[in-house]
Amino acid sequence: MAGTNGENLAHTPATTPPMLLMQDIVKSFPGVLANDHVTFEVRAGEVHALLGEHGAGKTTLMNILYGLCRPDSGRIFIRGKEAHIRSPRDAIALGIGMVHQHFKLVYPHTVAENVALGLAGTPFFGPARVVERGLTELSQRYNLPVDPKAKVWQLSAGEQQRVEILKALYRGAEILILDEPTSVLTPQETLELFKVLERMKEEGHAVIFITHKLQEVMEVADRVTVMRQGKVVGTLPVSETDKASLARMMVGREVVFRIAKGECRPGEESLIVEDLHALNDRALPALRGVSLTVCRGEILGIAGVAGNGQRELVEVLTGLRRAQRGKVWILGQELPNRSPRRIAEAGVAHIPEERIRMGIVPGMSVEDNLILKKHHRPPFCRGPFLQLREVRRFAQRGVEEYKIMTPSPRTSAKLLSGGNIQKLILARELSGEPGLVIAAHPTYGLDVGATELIRQLLIRQRDAGVGVLLVSEDLEEIITLSDRIAVIFGGEIMGVVPAAVATREEIGLMMAGERRRVPNP
Amino acid sequence: MKRVGPFLLERRLVPSPLVVLGVSLLAILAAMGAMAIIFFAYGVDPLRAYVMIARGTLGSRFGVMQMLRRAIPLLLCGVGLVLAFRSKFWNIGAEGQLLAGAVAASGVALFSGLPDPLLLPTMFGAGFLAGAVWGMIPALLKVKLQVNDVISTLMMNYIMIYIVAWLIHGPWKGPTMRGFAYTDTFPRAAWLPLIPRSMVHWPTLVIGVAAALLMTLLLSRTRLGYELRVAGESPDAARYAGIDFLKVSLVVMLLSGGLAGLAGVGEVAGIHHKLLGPLHISSGYGYTAIIVAWLARGSPLAAIITSLLFGFIFAAGDVIRVTLQIPFQVVGVFSGLVLSFLIGIELLMYWRVRLLPKGER
Repeated sequence: MAGTNGENLAHTPATTPPMLLMQDIVKSFPGVLANDHVTFEVRAGEVHALLGEHGAGKTTLMNILYGLCRPDSGRIFIRGKEAHIRSPRDAIALGIGMVHQHFKLVYPHTVAENVALGLAGTPFFGPARVVERGLTELSQRYNLPVDPKAKVWQLSAGEQQRVEILKALYRGAEILILDEPTSVLTPQETLELFKVLERMKEEGHAVIFITHKLQEVMEVADRVTVMRQGKVVGTLPVSETDKASLARMMVGREVVFRIAKGECRPGEESLIVEDLHALNDRALPALRGVSLTVCRGEILGIAGVAGNGQRELVEVLTGLRRAQRGKVWILGQELPNRSPRRIAEAGVAHIPEERIRMGIVPGMSVEDNLILKKHHRPPFCRGPFLQLREVRRFAQRGVEEYKIMTPSPRTSAKLLSGGNIQKLILARELSGEPGLVIAAHPTYGLDVGATELIRQLLIRQRDAGVGVLLVSEDLEEIITLSDRIAVIFGGEIMGVVPAAVATREEIGLMMAGERRRVPNP
Repeated sequence: MKRVGPFLLERRLVPSPLVVLGVSLLAILAAMGAMAIIFFAYGVDPLRAYVMIARGTLGSRFGVMQMLRRAIPLLLCGVGLVLAFRSKFWNIGAEGQLLAGAVAASGVALFSGLPDPLLLPTMFGAGFLAGAVWGMIPALLKVKLQVNDVISTLMMNYIMIYIVAWLIHGPWKGPTMRGFAYTDTFPRAAWLPLIPRSMVHWPTLVIGVAAALLMTLLLSRTRLGYELRVAGESPDAARYAGIDFLKVSLVVMLLSGGLAGLAGVGEVAGIHHKLLGPLHISSGYGYTAIIVAWLARGSPLAAIITSLLFGFIFAAGDVIRVTLQIPFQVVGVFSGLVLSFLIGIELLMYWRVRLLPKGER
């Protein structure tokens, strides 16, 4: 960092300095410039949205502010005074709090114990007791109801988030960073969170709200800073902009919000599930009598808050988890508890949730990855031998057809970007004409370009008469793509609605566990 | 990028082969440097020690032959271990598998009564099978009962060591050996031919090189090799792709254990011509082969080079003992040093280190 210390900056000494100023921040990682001379300013009493696609540099910038990594160059000023933040401890001392997207909580401990953890000045014995009183007061003031004595593992995701916010407030956070806070919430919980943010504004806090969802920016933020490829595109008041122009700033070109989709012509059933029961990894019931059908030529979307049985459903249908009870017909064959290979051979394509852990073999080449699951069959394999020429020809075609950006088909798959890894998986899964596609969070974490492409590929499959089961936590995506929407809660289907008549409110209520009263269509 | 003192560190994801080679050589040099201290402590001038070692190994026909002789079991075990490690099966049991091969070969040589021309081929066959069975038991335990492979393969070594000890002290003890704990000497037809004026049993050497070539082909060109690589690189992806772990693990350990078993056949049929104490049969080849395989970094062909390197270290050990009068256990210290430095230096392969320009320091 360049030499000067402590003194005030030369800019506008007349007005009060902003709560936070990050000036000319540069941070590079191997091969990427994550922050390229970023200047970012937040005032007291505002909700400031930090908008950008995945990989735009938002999280890096906030990690620098919170002391999780150090910038190559640039300066940070808090209330006009230069700050040297070397660790989260420094950041907390300066009144900065961060709520990570994945909560950093100790699950077997109580709420108060979690808040007391690492807190200076608590007694050695029973630190939680001291905290409890202050916690109750804080949660009333900010309308964040939480029982200080509850164990964290018993809380819902929304409540856990409240604990994280309280943790930051208890440490005296005046600048609060929220990293994608709505990704784990139901629409109703999101509204509650927004109310809390309003309250914090009134108390004079500065809230930094990291997101890639335009709707939320419009709803909750006062000002917005848009980042693209490590640079700030602009900062402007939300009242002076709209979704379309924000999207343009974010992506750098026009974005179509509605994907053109032909009329749905459902054919025979490609998947029938009847009264399916299964356990999760902790041997607790995860699916409690799920029944649904997916027809050829339609997309059935499964909406729901994370952890309500979506993962188990996909795993049972693809042979990765055993069902306890229930019936499954796939493309006319009854396939209960068959091996993943048997199910794949019946014509099921699976786009897995954890694309890097499960969808590819990171250390192997793009070429090798493209034949996974088909490696044991002609034309790729005859007798015990792989047909390398066939493999190469197939890979060449896949790379071209699906526009997989890779230096060569021999490059190791782990070097590809997230979007290209997903394209690789689709190229593999959609080859060989499947009759049923099971896609779990197919666009999670992808940039807008790749997201568009992948959604179009799914719609093209549907139009070609393939049944598509789409599981996603992104409600926008479910509504955009699906022909019918099934909502899952606590391992049960709360109801199925045609997408054309579905409202967010109705789906939101079902996501929170309210059963649809009208009989399913 | 990261700054450490006057250096700038930059991460690289895939080190080039040249970097891997260079850094490995650096580790070996560093180990030799550390070894110099031990020579010094024994009152031997390290420089003189290295000159003597060079003269006694690479500098003479005898030395080269000693290297080759030691490299044979290391190569066979090493190639098998490369295969196992590629599938992330941590086979620490090559020692036991080697001894199993030696026992089976001895049994055939002493008690089968087969006609002479069939004797050696049968010994190799039986040795392979015995090593394979000894290796497949832990594979079965791992896949079926989730028994830790490191522990089970390691413990299987001890079982086999005591089986050998029991055999030579008990039922197989040779009546003609005047009370020594050996079996009788094998019939002549069960002796492997040697390169003249050496102890290099060349048929085993040929098998070792052939195994390295075949396993390279297996890994890159066959369905089994593909499934083995997937299972090793990403067990989740393997499950997703419907790869049968039991089958892959069993075949991997069939080959890995079998090759170690062949090494055992070579030692008893090529050098000792009888079954004797486990330490005398193997001098820890099965353990040293772990380093051989580790250094080969997943390539069976590279195991040819690394087994020669460790053959050299063993031969150097003979020089240390005979010429420099230092206990031969020091060889173990040296192999240990090489391995420690190699593992320690691994980090360097993934970071590019540059000196900062003067002005920025």
